[in-house]
Amino acid sequence: MNNQPLIFELSKPGRISYSLPSLDVTETVLNELLPNDLIRDEAPELPEVSELQLIRHYTALSNRNHGVDSGFYPLGSCTMKYNPKINEDIARLKGFTHIHPYQSEDTVQGALELLYDLQTSLEEITGMDEVTLQPAAGAHGEWTGLMLIRAFHEANGDFHRTKVICPDSAHGTNPASATVAGFDTITVRSNEKGLVDLDHLREVVGEDTAALMLTNPNTLGLFEENIVEMAEIIHNAGGKLYYDGANSNAILGIARPGDMGFDVVHLNLHKTFTGPHGGGGPGSGPVGVKKDLIPYLPKPVIAKDGDRYFFDYNRPESIGRVKPYYGNFGINVRAYTYIRTMGPDGLRKVSEDAVLNANYMFRRLQPYFEAPYTQHCKHEFVLSGKRQKKLGVRTLDMAKRLLDFGYHPPTIYFPLNVEECLMIEPTETETKETLDEFIDVMIQIAKEAEGNPEIVQEAPHHTVIGRLDETTAARKPILRYEKA
Amino acid sequence: MKFRYLPVTEQDKKEMMESIGVNSIEELFADIPEKVRFKGEIDLKEALSEPGILKELGRMASKNVNSGEYTSFLGAGVYEHYIPSVVDHIISRSEFYTAYTPYQPEISQGELQAIFEFQTMISELTGMDLANSSMYDGPTALSEAAMMSAGQTKKKTILVSKAVHPEAREVIKTNAKGQNLTVVEVEIEDGVTNLDDLSQKYNDETACVVVQYPNFFGNVENLAEIEKIAHSKKGLFVVSSNPLALGVLKPPGKFGADIVVGDAQPFGISAQFGGPHCGFFATTKKLMRKVPGRLVGQTTDDQGQRGFVLTLQAREQHIRRDKATSNICSNQALNALAASVAMSALGKAGIKEMALQNIQKANYAKKSFINNGFTVAFSKNAIFNEFVIKLSKPVKEVNEILLQQGIIGGYDLGRDFSEFENHMTIAITELRSKEEIDNLISALEGVK
Repeated sequence: MNNQPLIFELSKPGRISYSLPSLDVTETVLNELLPNDLIRDEAPELPEVSELQLIRHYTALSNRNHGVDSGFYPLGSCTMKYNPKINEDIARLKGFTHIHPYQSEDTVQGALELLYDLQTSLEEITGMDEVTLQPAAGAHGEWTGLMLIRAFHEANGDFHRTKVICPDSAHGTNPASATVAGFDTITVRSNEKGLVDLDHLREVVGEDTAALMLTNPNTLGLFEENIVEMAEIIHNAGGKLYYDGANSNAILGIARPGDMGFDVVHLNLHKTFTGPHGGGGPGSGPVGVKKDLIPYLPKPVIAKDGDRYFFDYNRPESIGRVKPYYGNFGINVRAYTYIRTMGPDGLRKVSEDAVLNANYMFRRLQPYFEAPYTQHCKHEFVLSGKRQKKLGVRTLDMAKRLLDFGYHPPTIYFPLNVEECLMIEPTETETKETLDEFIDVMIQIAKEAEGNPEIVQEAPHHTVIGRLDETTAARKPILRYEKA
Repeated sequence: MKFRYLPVTEQDKKEMMESIGVNSIEELFADIPEKVRFKGEIDLKEALSEPGILKELGRMASKNVNSGEYTSFLGAGVYEHYIPSVVDHIISRSEFYTAYTPYQPEISQGELQAIFEFQTMISELTGMDLANSSMYDGPTALSEAAMMSAGQTKKKTILVSKAVHPEAREVIKTNAKGQNLTVVEVEIEDGVTNLDDLSQKYNDETACVVVQYPNFFGNVENLAEIEKIAHSKKGLFVVSSNPLALGVLKPPGKFGADIVVGDAQPFGISAQFGGPHCGFFATTKKLMRKVPGRLVGQTTDDQGQRGFVLTLQAREQHIRRDKATSNICSNQALNALAASVAMSALGKAGIKEMALQNIQKANYAKKSFINNGFTVAFSKNAIFNEFVIKLSKPVKEVNEILLQQGIIGGYDLGRDFSEFENHMTIAITELRSKEEIDNLISALEGVK
């Protein structure tokens, strides 16, 4: 396939792709309305294309993109499950798209009912006491949650709790969110089973501990089975326990963060609750808290009085706003639609099937790759490409080889504590047949690494473009088109 | 009960368990301590069929008064504009909306190229060297700009005009607390930033000066004068801007802004109760390596073909971890695509025409209010598509009356500014006809 020109390169003066009504008020000379020095004198270089040109351009681009609907997408920790079409239809209802955040409460009772019911559902699913829907994405939820913890400690006159503990397997956003919330990060090691090393945790915890951030199941796909002890260690030291909900697809209806002892939880509605991912957003990252943190939630909170829903701004101890208006409403509508579609039985089955699919793939692939941790996994698992690396084939090469077979590769080189890591998350929406086909291809690649390593090292062979020169891209950045 | 999204059959399950070497699904969860196992069924409403969902969610949607059926004059940061039909057709292509962040460039060239084009369009509109791939929304982008200024200048005070959107100021304050920064607000005078107050508050500790263009009252700020003050010491000059207005207004880049942010919502994104919208972040080459969020760059493959990749990732959280200056990961990619499609559809001519219609119609309305004996606040100022009128009754009451006539009235300025009780901000976009404007004026006759 040839390169698709940039839309600017398709442009020709005089073509248009819009249709505005003609101006129906008396026109005033522009410089009577705006001082001359505020009037733009050079038009922005935007495309001039016909409607068909525009459609063909973006259709060509979409053909150069792989989504869940295109094929299997086992990207670990991202929960690339099927995105139901009914969600999209519902989110496009005029009563949801054409409402303004500053309309009076009386005119948006349906929207408020939906949000209130979503809050309540998420409280029930996570076992928390109150939920805010304001945060825009997972990382935004993490930071919000940490700001709540900070407000809690400070309200208790506790200004010396400056440290947030994160496992070495944590998502990069965890330490970054801690920094942005004004904390220092301490890393706690994992043990040989891939779980938090309790002795090390006892060593690093102290009077300066603000919180422990934990993903459970963790990023290795393993359940932190010592969670009760960990909660005790943190709580005894006066710290709070933060739950990163990136991996909650494994535990719906099976175990709840609130019951495990977590004080704050965020969920990624674009992962577990079929957001969709949108090519990198928009997401939604609601945060749930236990009772003692409720006063600090961002305002407004959506509340109910009899049959009437309203925005509760009367939150004097609130950390303030973290986002304009009420969060990513359109994504929340999709997540709510999904929850109502699945119900309690469906959600539990989601997790059971996600875990079954992951374990099936794990056991079938285990003979061909190094498996650093051998216990049953939850919704995802990690393999190491160490064996293949000795043959000169890196995990990156294997990932690129998968592209030749029409698959999106797993997450690679993460978590950082696993050498040549491959992190695989099949999700519950894939058939056994799809898993089997993928497994066969993985086995074939492992064999190629032994007998024909070049074919893997030089992959991909069948994509629209070959491996790209990322070094030059970073050294001499070209971040925009400029007319020659 | 069977679920259409769950394909594992009883037979599959049996075969898979055998392959794993377990006798029950329970065994796979044996590592979850008994004590924290959830017993029973979560208390949620039972599953609904597809027709059932349509009915139930349709009921909720129909309870909302929407601007498809009513004539709306609400703006204040979120606007109802013409959305070219092509936008929804493109963003409904599931190769785009069911993909994730383009980590594997070979099979993500479509998304990467679309973002590269978005970055170019935003740079062009704002008059800046470069732009990132998007932020959550305008206010959080503005807050990131303020935080980045503090990081860059090593100064601790953020000066924000009170003519900046009140919710954006609130977001900045929440963020500033996390970073131990101080936010100082600059007073307004006659609907624009008070330059004397700004000069007085600006000092050696100022990290940046933050203004909005056009500002929250609809007035066009004097960026040339503000820039002089903003750059009189080490501070940076940060401008939040409505990108549609830049079809007619001289872009902040031409006034020497260091960072220009805003929300691309006016381009192809519906109001949808305030989100998701699409923040943008544009800056200079000098600050390129401090930009938060994702950047797409152009490069070549091993055959010399042009291609696109995520680049300068050393700035980002997944590499820098606790040394990162921003924690943003997911952004608003699909909405950036919507904005790109809308900007492409409008194109060079359409953006100007649409911006001009906003300015012409809003000025027609403003003049008509004045001619009909209404008090228009700050009336000397140049406006884009919003202005403020003073009424004789509380805006809340007035809006209730308007609603009965099929009109969603303007924004109650008094809710955020106690000095502006009974003041209403009215937004007039290209979608409001002369007749609708005239009707609004008649409907308000009794409360002027």
